Amino acid sequence: MAQMTMIQAINDAMRLELKRDNKVLIFGEDVGKNGGVFRATENLQAEFGEDRVFDTPLAESGIGGLAIGLAMTGFRPVPEIQFFGFVYEVMDSLAGQMSRYRFRTGGTFKMPITVRSPFGGGVHTPELHADSLEGLMAQTPGIRVVIPSTPYDAKGLLISAIRSDDPVVFLEHMKLYRSFRQEVPEGEYTIDLDKADIKREGKDISIIAYGAMVHEALKAAEELEKDGYSAEVIDLRTVSPLDIDTIIASVEKTNRAIVVQEAQKSAGIAANVVAEITERAILSLEAPVMRVTAPDTVYPFAHAESVWLPNYKDIIETAKEVLTF
Amino acid sequence: MASKTKAFEVKKQMDAVEKEFQMFQILNEKGEVVNEDAMPDLSDEQLQELMRRMVYTRILDQRSISLNRQGRLGFYAPTAGQEASQIASHFALEKEDYIAPGYRDIPQIVWHGLPLYKAFLWSRGHYQGMQIPEDLRILPPQIIIGAQYIQTAGIALGLKKKGEKAVAITYTGDGGTSQGDFYEGINFAGVYKVPAIFVVQNNHFAISTPVELQTAANTLAQKAVAAGIPGVQVDGMDPLAVYAAVKQARERAINGEGPTLIETITYRYGPHTMSGDDPTRYRTKELDSEWEKKDPLVRFRIFLENKGLWNEEMEEKVIEEAKEDIKQAIKQADAAPKQKVTDLISIMNVELPPNLKEQYEIYKEKESK
Repeated sequence: MAQMTMIQAINDAMRLELKRDNKVLIFGEDVGKNGGVFRATENLQAEFGEDRVFDTPLAESGIGGLAIGLAMTGFRPVPEIQFFGFVYEVMDSLAGQMSRYRFRTGGTFKMPITVRSPFGGGVHTPELHADSLEGLMAQTPGIRVVIPSTPYDAKGLLISAIRSDDPVVFLEHMKLYRSFRQEVPEGEYTIDLDKADIKREGKDISIIAYGAMVHEALKAAEELEKDGYSAEVIDLRTVSPLDIDTIIASVEKTNRAIVVQEAQKSAGIAANVVAEITERAILSLEAPVMRVTAPDTVYPFAHAESVWLPNYKDIIETAKEVLTF
Repeated sequence: MASKTKAFEVKKQMDAVEKEFQMFQILNEKGEVVNEDAMPDLSDEQLQELMRRMVYTRILDQRSISLNRQGRLGFYAPTAGQEASQIASHFALEKEDYIAPGYRDIPQIVWHGLPLYKAFLWSRGHYQGMQIPEDLRILPPQIIIGAQYIQTAGIALGLKKKGEKAVAITYTGDGGTSQGDFYEGINFAGVYKVPAIFVVQNNHFAISTPVELQTAANTLAQKAVAAGIPGVQVDGMDPLAVYAAVKQARERAINGEGPTLIETITYRYGPHTMSGDDPTRYRTKELDSEWEKKDPLVRFRIFLENKGLWNEEMEEKVIEEAKEDIKQAIKQADAAPKQKVTDLISIMNVELPPNLKEQYEIYKEKESK
């Protein structure tokens, strides 16, 4: 075991997969000599050569198309989109192409592609660098969207994503890259995709979150504990499609739920979670299922982030509303 | 006071580009060889086979249009007029080469080995149409204009990494060159020096929009310059010129010299697709008949007849063969199983996620009633 930050765990996962399978290729803007703008691919080109880890021209759509063509010739591409706010430039490759090729070919092609990309707010970036756009991807059949919240999860989930024969969009919250360290096994291990994780057990309310909001939820749960409430915190991990079984089992136990997302309120993952709970567990509910989200504005300028992003206090407030309904 | 020397000489630059991108032709519209030195090395049998394929493809187009009108085919984009661009470019390829077609490029993938009934199933919207056999190196026809260009850069990079002596060829139209993906595709291919051939079939209209409204450039071939790769404009109604250009591009690619952009000057006689397009809204009869005089079959027929390599009897034989094949292919397509939602769910992923597993069971139950 070693103490690793999330960025180290991600780097480690890629290094292990490059070593294990010579079909794995890593490419994107500045991922080679520079090791990526966040150093996620640090030293990988030096260790595995320019044939396996390489820079691309500055064109996100081209990166997506390159990944698709490489997948068709038997490779296992792991392209990086430098910031997920740039996804609009590569939307056709993701939603119009790689998500559909298996279907389009009647189940004869496969697209073992993992698109990695940093996202998320709280680190004072310029516009279109911090947006939470996982909801866009969630409406794309054929793509899994995975968002880890810890170094341990990041490594195991990324290895699973790379080994998956289906396309995965793997979103890495920037604020979590270096915010804390955790014990992470040095060798390879996998964490199942499509499975949520109960990060804290509780019996009075289910707080369902993902990404950086898992940590706000855990902080809120600690505070609620002081007031005598026992909160269960579920980390979705694969945000699309949802692990409904884990969510419903928890809600049937606690009878109360709130869903937390950093993204804006309308549409998106949280709305989807609420809909599933309503369809499947309405008779278990003692209160409405509420959401804690950002408002429906454009992601704010850097200095307004702290007032805009949901935090543990917002979670406590909404949780108490639901607990005392 | 005005400077003595200008920062850039506009006329000189524009003239140089124009001079560099003249249309390459071997066979003129009268069927005469105008460029003997460029004649490709094709045997009499190969010349006959090229003609046979073009005639066959013309019949396939005529029959597809009438099958569409009878409601026996679905989506169809007519090909008549573009046979030299499509068939002669494909004729320069080998089995191991990849083809990334646009939606009008059904003939190339059929001649590459896609059974005709599968092309018909695809037209009808049946998922079995593009179930592509493992040894057949084609992509499904691309619907998003230009997407095939960036994917082709990826396929060609894959071929290079594997050290295969094969190329990836892709097709788009004049409108396709306005898309960002067009430039990204040729630019990536140039940077990585991959074995790719980018064909632009300039049939002068993107649905109704004339090529003059797509670009201020005189030729589409010159767009290669921006990506640092060679480009050539060829007479797309001349099968020998198209063949020679693609053959040379393929040799360059195989020798590790990188990608080539080829613009073929051509024309589609029919509508954009059979889904309601009316070309009389944007083209004149005069323009149509001007292009019909350049017809690739007519000029190649004269050329071969003069060499004693083609006659009416041979032409009739191909026509009959094509009609018979089409009849059989329609029968085979008719025999395909009715599609079920469970079929569609099961082709979504290699490993179905939980939502689809659940929905599969729901539809299985519905379908059993």
